Amino acid sequence: MKISRLVVQEIAHRFVNFVLAVIGVSIAVACLVASVTMIDAGEIQSRKLVAEGKTESERLVAKREQEVKDAGKKLNDEMRKITKGLGFNIVVLAEDEDIAAFHAEGTPTRTMPQEYVDRLAKSPIVVINHLLPIVTKKVEWAEEKQTIVLTGTRGEVPQAHRDPKKPLLDLVPKGKVVLGYRLHHPRKLKPGSKLTINGRELEVVKCHPERGSVDDVTAWVNLEEAQQMLGMQNLVNAILALECNCATVDRIAEIRGEIAKVLPGTQILERGRKALARAEARNKAKKTADASLEAARTSGKQMIASRKANADEMIASRKAQANVLVPLAVVGSFAWIVLLAVGNARQRRGEIGILRAIGMGSRDVLVLFLGKALLVGLAGGGIGYIVGYLVGTGYSGPIEQSLFDVNWLLTALLMAPALSAAATWLPALVAAGQDPAVVLQEQ
Amino acid sequence: MLISLDHITKTYTGDTGPIVAVDDVSVSVEAGEFVAVVGPSGCGKTTLLLVAGGLLRPEDGEVNLDGTDPYSLSGEQRARFRAEQIGFVFQQFHLVPYLNVLDNVMAPALVTGETSARERAETLVERFGLTVRLGHRPGQLSTGERQRVALARALLNEPRVILADEPTGNLDGDNSEQVLQALKAFTDEGGAVLLVTHDPDAVAFAGRQVMLQGGQLAQSVS
Repeated sequence: MKISRLVVQEIAHRFVNFVLAVIGVSIAVACLVASVTMIDAGEIQSRKLVAEGKTESERLVAKREQEVKDAGKKLNDEMRKITKGLGFNIVVLAEDEDIAAFHAEGTPTRTMPQEYVDRLAKSPIVVINHLLPIVTKKVEWAEEKQTIVLTGTRGEVPQAHRDPKKPLLDLVPKGKVVLGYRLHHPRKLKPGSKLTINGRELEVVKCHPERGSVDDVTAWVNLEEAQQMLGMQNLVNAILALECNCATVDRIAEIRGEIAKVLPGTQILERGRKALARAEARNKAKKTADASLEAARTSGKQMIASRKANADEMIASRKAQANVLVPLAVVGSFAWIVLLAVGNARQRRGEIGILRAIGMGSRDVLVLFLGKALLVGLAGGGIGYIVGYLVGTGYSGPIEQSLFDVNWLLTALLMAPALSAAATWLPALVAAGQDPAVVLQEQ
Repeated sequence: MLISLDHITKTYTGDTGPIVAVDDVSVSVEAGEFVAVVGPSGCGKTTLLLVAGGLLRPEDGEVNLDGTDPYSLSGEQRARFRAEQIGFVFQQFHLVPYLNVLDNVMAPALVTGETSARERAETLVERFGLTVRLGHRPGQLSTGERQRVALARALLNEPRVILADEPTGNLDGDNSEQVLQALKAFTDEGGAVLLVTHDPDAVAFAGRQVMLQGGQLAQSVS
């Protein structure tokens, strides 16, 4: 017979004592494992929260970027419309145009081939866009005996190297006319009204509000019709354009240089204030958009930081609980096992006495008690781990990732027997050291 | 000489001062001899037996068991010496409550670790008529059966000496007879028995009796 059999037989004989000791160890291990599991779960949840916050923030920033982009596009479009109202800021004039006379009259007097606008549109030029050929002349409106500016336009000419853009000015269809304020208002003309200009019958399609400029006495008709009315077939006397918002030191010189390569000899004028207003408006819009984006990014960062702070607080709270609960449970369990071991040693006094009398050494007696303590620890460690894991995962809520950690299982299976053996050590020493003669005489 | 107790003195510390339990007592037991120690309660019989068994160190005197002074050995060596050389039988049997009959008989083999112990234990169990009780625990046995188990346990390691303290004190006539016969048989095989008893029937089995009184040797009768 071996001592291990004696240990197992004694456990079976005093099973309640064994179960009570196992419960004590299990509680300590369960507290430890549950605490660790909850802390691990908290850290996983924290990482997930932060990752989710980051994703959400990125999504919000992307959304805001798109909104800003859309708003910018809309603003740009609005600006283009406003600019349309302001008029084009680049004017290409014929080589022989007298600029002084042009300024004095307000309208060009010289012509250039209409083919120029096509040449410009087909060129790779990027410093200007929205090309609009016009033919314009101050004429006498014979039927009304009024001096007006007759302007023919065919709408924007698409540039070959760019995506077609929305025309800045609507094409005036043949047989139609757009009237300035001083032409339609006194005559109470409205869209749909009929009128005759120098023998050509036209229908009003649009009436502009008062602009306080030469536009108020301008009648816009189809380019081809205007050329016929003015006897200027296939000729234009200005090409209007918008400069790009290209920030260079000497903008107009750059534009002139580029156009000169395509249309040598032509003259270029810039209507400065309008261009600056447009550029500034665009820059302001960009600044507003950038500020909005930055606000979105800052908000995202704050959201992530807030989530992280909340998660850190939760983990800190769990750690604080563990720092109190685990030592209490371990000390309580230790004391409980000491009590049970003392009781067990007292209960086995006679048995140990006779075993010592018939030759069992004190080391064998120690093995008897510590062997039992190790089995208590192993059972308590295993049960405690399972209970602690279940409590920890249950308390932590749903976690996608497994919280099982083989290292903690091994720790439980090593530490619990160590705890149990340490608690049993002193009672076992007392039992091993008892004098068999005294025991036998007592009994 | 298997047992030699020479001028043994053992004193206990009592509440009112030292109590001399055994006072200068000398007893020797030859191989094949059955000696009964008798005397009134408290005369020092059990103390003398424990001293002889290497369990209680005397203040004075010499103990020699089959040529060895057990008190010259270390605690662990003395324990092993007891396991190998001495068989103990007590009035209260002192069986291990959670072991069955066979395991109780085999308990001394825990120390010696002999592999043939089981075979010897089964032979002893059969010899003492306990085969049908092999798997029973002490609580399931009669008092006579318990004492026979204790006797079998004492004989397992084939000791040279048996020290018995009132082995028939709790037994009826038949069971007492069986136990005493077994002890007699042991001496017939060359062993030595030192028996502490009040039982006149037990004394009758002894070849010699030693009477103690007040811790001192009063008489030795063959």
